[in-house]
Amino acid sequence: MRILALVIRILRQFIRDKRTMGLMIFAPILVLTLMHLVFNGGSYVPKVGLVNIPEPINNHLYLENAKLTDYDDETLAKAALTKKEIDGYILFEHQAPSIVLEGSDPSVNQATMQWVQEAFKPLVKNGVQQELNIEFLHGSVDMGQFDYFGPVLLGFFIFFFVFLIAGVSFLRERTTGTLERLLSSPLRRWEIVAGYILGFGIFTMLQATIIAAYAIFVLNMLMEGAFGYVLLITLLLALCALTLGIFLSSFANNELQMQQFIPIIVIPQVFFSGLFNLETISEWLSWIGPFTPLYYAANALRDIMVRGYGWSEIYPDLLVLTCFSLLFLTLNIFALKKYRKI
Amino acid sequence: MMPNQEMIVSTKNVSKIFGKQHVLKNISLDIFSGEIFGFLGPSGAGKTTLVKQLVGLELPSEGEIYVFNEKMPSLPMIEKIGYMAQSDALYEELSAKENLEFFASLYGLKKKHRQARIREVMEIVELTDHLNKLVSNYSGGMKRRLSLAIALLHEPKLLILDEPTVGIDPVLRQSIWNAFYELKKKGTAFIVTTHVMDEAEKCDRLAMIRGGQLIAVGTPEELKNNTHSATIEEAFLFYGGAKHENFSVSN
Repeated sequence: MRILALVIRILRQFIRDKRTMGLMIFAPILVLTLMHLVFNGGSYVPKVGLVNIPEPINNHLYLENAKLTDYDDETLAKAALTKKEIDGYILFEHQAPSIVLEGSDPSVNQATMQWVQEAFKPLVKNGVQQELNIEFLHGSVDMGQFDYFGPVLLGFFIFFFVFLIAGVSFLRERTTGTLERLLSSPLRRWEIVAGYILGFGIFTMLQATIIAAYAIFVLNMLMEGAFGYVLLITLLLALCALTLGIFLSSFANNELQMQQFIPIIVIPQVFFSGLFNLETISEWLSWIGPFTPLYYAANALRDIMVRGYGWSEIYPDLLVLTCFSLLFLTLNIFALKKYRKI
Repeated sequence: MMPNQEMIVSTKNVSKIFGKQHVLKNISLDIFSGEIFGFLGPSGAGKTTLVKQLVGLELPSEGEIYVFNEKMPSLPMIEKIGYMAQSDALYEELSAKENLEFFASLYGLKKKHRQARIREVMEIVELTDHLNKLVSNYSGGMKRRLSLAIALLHEPKLLILDEPTVGIDPVLRQSIWNAFYELKKKGTAFIVTTHVMDEAEKCDRLAMIRGGQLIAVGTPEELKNNTHSATIEEAFLFYGGAKHENFSVSN
């Protein structure tokens, strides 16, 4: 009942503040549209598997600038491909070479394809003209940069806006004295946190549905899996952003200080979420990735949208996201102790 | 003091220390039902800190606080208190009615009763005509009155009001005090902080606070008579000055 009152109040505040509501929905749509228009290739060392390459041909291939692994049969190579240990493999069937690519990252596809073409150049020169047969594990030749970035951007926008707006509204609750007033009522500390989660949760579902639907149906972003999973992942990510935003707001004294968390907390996550190839990040920094919620959300979103996977592949990511939320939630309930001991 | 009345608030040797600063020193007070009790003192004297402890928002560093004979902080007791802080604590994006509805639901007021109470409290603060207005369009004094209306909503047995009539014009201030006297008749106890001397005269009993210490307690008449003063202001100066002399002697 008391939580419901809090939920109704938060939703009413959203409806009144049309500008903020517009920002949360239309700003991501605008940026996604711009990205879609602008993006549609780096120096990346492809990892290529070689399956049963006949000795005479192998001697003629130009095999530099790639990490090579030999496989005795295709099954082993395919397993390595699924685990993303290699980007693609070359095999010879009936004397004809063919290549199978992992395919979810267009920039990797391109780099691998370029390398394969270079590798086969000596053969072409020797007059052994062969048509190269290309297959994709995920994605297709048509897949653009935008399709690969899209899921990460979708997650990023939801995280960013929910973090900022939840943080600012809780900060206001503190600076205007309404938090004190709430705590001088019989409202329990966990009820405040629960009310915020439900109120923002309802709004975030709406936001995520609109943005995801726009990206998929209007901008034709690649969508291999189920829409429902996309919403589930974004909801859990929003929960993380919400609880983290509320928690960090207790370390800010005004709106400007809340915004100062953006370059420190939000932006760095983008670098570790797979928007940029994680393997090109220096090793002494790459350990940060697994500590950021966006890393898991982006991975899960990509599994659904690009790779067309289902529940069994995304649930570990969702579990981690839930753990993040629970951690921040507990910290919140403790942080509120500062204002009332019981 | 008032033997036939129920004790509502009792503080026993309450002190509060923030870091190295002693904000409150050894405050012992008893407040009874049906009285309007005033905390009088300059800003920074520790009035708000004391009031926050009574509401359960702060814990004393030393000593104990009892409200309705139960040790604070206690959630069931918090429910019986109506608290109005120094800041207005309103949701500006919402209308007055929405603010009232929200706080009424926090105290579990049921629909019908809630509407009736909203009407009643808005009449007391004379804001009935502005019920559906957004709070952001309210003037400073109107916000103060709405804040007071919210504190009155759940008919608390104890009202703790931190500077309730700041920024409210004299005519309206008088009518708000009349409303306090009406509620008092029904047995509601009031704790009011103020730094305005003429407002202090309206209280049944006063506690003068200066530098975190209780310098005098009594009815306005007693305080004036004991110090042979004509006004509360003179009495305050006498107790404050006397305190100062004691302080220099002990050194």
